[in-house]
Amino acid sequence: MSSPEYWTKPQPPDAAGSESPPGSPPAATAARPTAEQVIAGLRATSEGGPDLVQLLTPEGERVAHPHFDIDITPEELRGLYRDMVLVRRADRESNALQRQGQLGIWVPLLGQEAAQIGAGRAMRPRDMAFPSYREHGVAWCRGIDPTELLGIFRGTDHGSWDPVATRFHPYTIVIGNQCLNAVGYAMGQRFDGRIGDGHDSADAEATVAFFGDGATSQGDVNEAFVWGAVYDAPVVFFCQNNQWAISEPMERQSRIPLYQRASGYGFPGIRVDGNDVLATLAVTRWALEECRSGNGPVLIEAFTYRMDAHTTSDDPSRYRLADELEAWKLKDPIERVKAYLHRQQWADRDYFEEVDRESDALAARLREFCQRMPVPSADRMFSEVYANGSPVVAAQRDEFLTYLSQFEQTGGER
Amino acid sequence: MTEVDVRSRPRATDGSATGQGPGKVTIGKALNLGLRAAMERDPKVILMGEDIGRLGGVFRITDGLQKDFGEQRVLDTPLAESGIVGAAIGLAIRGYRPVCEIQFDGFIFPAFDQIVSQLAKLNYRSQGRIRMPVVIRVPFGGGIGAVEHHSESPESYFAHTAGLKVVACSNPVDAYWMIQQAIESDEPVLFFEPKRRYHEKAELDLSATPAPLHSSRVLRPGTTATLACYGPMVKTCLEAAESAAEQEGHELEVIDLRTLSPLDLEPVYESVRRIGRLVVASEAPGESSIASEIAARVQQECFYSLEAPVVRVTGFDTPYPPSKLEEEYLPDLDRVLHAVEQSLGW
Ligand SMILES: Cc1ncc(C[n+]2csc(CCOP(=O)(O)OP(=O)(O)O)c2C)c(N)n1
Ligand SMILES: [Mg+2]
Repeated sequence: MSSPEYWTKPQPPDAAGSESPPGSPPAATAARPTAEQVIAGLRATSEGGPDLVQLLTPEGERVAHPHFDIDITPEELRGLYRDMVLVRRADRESNALQRQGQLGIWVPLLGQEAAQIGAGRAMRPRDMAFPSYREHGVAWCRGIDPTELLGIFRGTDHGSWDPVATRFHPYTIVIGNQCLNAVGYAMGQRFDGRIGDGHDSADAEATVAFFGDGATSQGDVNEAFVWGAVYDAPVVFFCQNNQWAISEPMERQSRIPLYQRASGYGFPGIRVDGNDVLATLAVTRWALEECRSGNGPVLIEAFTYRMDAHTTSDDPSRYRLADELEAWKLKDPIERVKAYLHRQQWADRDYFEEVDRESDALAARLREFCQRMPVPSADRMFSEVYANGSPVVAAQRDEFLTYLSQFEQTGGER
Repeated sequence: MTEVDVRSRPRATDGSATGQGPGKVTIGKALNLGLRAAMERDPKVILMGEDIGRLGGVFRITDGLQKDFGEQRVLDTPLAESGIVGAAIGLAIRGYRPVCEIQFDGFIFPAFDQIVSQLAKLNYRSQGRIRMPVVIRVPFGGGIGAVEHHSESPESYFAHTAGLKVVACSNPVDAYWMIQQAIESDEPVLFFEPKRRYHEKAELDLSATPAPLHSSRVLRPGTTATLACYGPMVKTCLEAAESAAEQEGHELEVIDLRTLSPLDLEPVYESVRRIGRLVVASEAPGESSIASEIAARVQQECFYSLEAPVVRVTGFDTPYPPSKLEEEYLPDLDRVLHAVEQSLGW
């Protein structure tokens, strides 16, 4: 067992004060992985390691898995393919809109389509999602139109969808915050009797918290693991390990693969091929079902890759090699599904062309919408600061609007 | 107060081998040179933060420093602000002088507990046995068209906390000296950097004598009214003074506060006693703010000299708005001049 996939820190001699068994190394030394273990761990980090759950290889071959197999109809798989193509197209178009000055910034999801569509499609309408800021694919699955994401990045709003009706919380930019919020929501689901035996499973509920590999270092995320465990909360911690937190590689955040963290908190952790939409769907479905039946939480590490820059403001050539991207292109999440659909003759050329046409139309609609987005009026700034209003804010609003109206009267530029 | 004259120390190689200095530099570059000088002078100075090593920071303030000083002096830390500050405290106890970078103003709050509960209080709790020579660098303020949490002005929280020193630079020359003075100080310093001004340039004369860290300074003398400001608002106020001189013949005196805790208000009192009218400008929300504190103290110290109430021109008491509204939110030249008019019209 030379891989940190299985490396666990040796336990100290038991608390009763008994001596270490003869021949065992001193704890301080034993607690350090060997050089081989470290190297194997790094390799495991870049290749996924032996525990990676995969149902569709990068070449588009279906493989069996003892625990997480899934029956998928041709129609379902075509649907997953379509989802991924459309969200990728919306992502590329939004990226281009930023380049053309229509958006202030864009956060690309390129490469993470399978992780997000797999997780998003595993959810039922009653389930709740707490995204970070890159979950455009999950938003899609929650019925949020890509146009509704634009305001955040154009600077016209902080999120325009209805988080209550869609059960898709506003994007959270402060790394890790939403994980605790998700746990609280899931505790509520449990307190409301929405999980467990004897419950009509049709209206059972669970929650998914989305976050990144970098986020796993935050106190909030670790506290969320503790709280989720202590309250048996029906929450799936869905970590997209895209290998990078801006410029910092995985090794800056962890010594062991992330999914193994779960056991320390007392719940299962599974590493899934996040570029395999089938595997992600299967694992997330299972995890949600565990949660709905009272066996939460579950940690899923979706092993994937951020194929573009962190955001449009970022320049990845400063910190990572182009070769790495080339290697990951061979594991593209969409190509493998396309290859499989082909091979199975579940989709023909007409179908693929139809999806392409649909994505062209989506891109055109997105562009058109973006260019017409109105600038919000100044009073928006003062609205809903408090649920019940505030005399301070009201006075500032009135004074400022009066001040602005002077410029309108004189027709002057400010 | 222990003011350190960084000038008297052996100076770092900051591209100025000839002694003439690096010429015109931006605030960002001046900070980079200042950090480099401090690191060369003292091997105990280490930098900690997210993306500050290989990338050189998202604003490139630490560009090239990891390459030159190694990974043990420039740490690309795990993504955890409480960790950054909490570990910096431990390192400081152990004799290091950590300089922490918080990537954006809005991300300092995970570290709030460590800053307020430990960093600010350890000197007091240990009755001076434990010093906290920790600097926390915070790019702050708006105006860059960013998404939420990237444009905030949280300085008042820290000025409100006993045990912390708080400063804000506004130009390259100050940036260069103040960062070194902050690092040499044995006290914890929250160091606010005006991110929308990072690219502003000025001549950096390395032979100049830097003003003490905790001192404010008159940047432009005047007779009509006084503008007290700091950080990104300094440029706005200087422009307002320029415009008022041209258009109205008004001579506005501009004071760069530089130090927010402790405030150095003597130059402000002196100015108000002479001129009688004061406008305080800041991007931060106005309620319970540094601007409020200045207004209160000036009316206490200069009551009989005031010709008008102190006017505050600040961000509104709302969350920072979506960026398409930030031009409205941030006090601009017109709002500063409007505040001057209010004062003159009293
Ligand atoms: C509390 C906090 N600190 C710092 C940042 C700045 N920041 C934004 S994204 C990011 C990296 C996040 O990496 P990861 O969690 O892996 O998610 P990814 O962006 O790769 O999806 C950082 C440091 C932030 N948004 N919030
Ligand atoms: Mg990541």
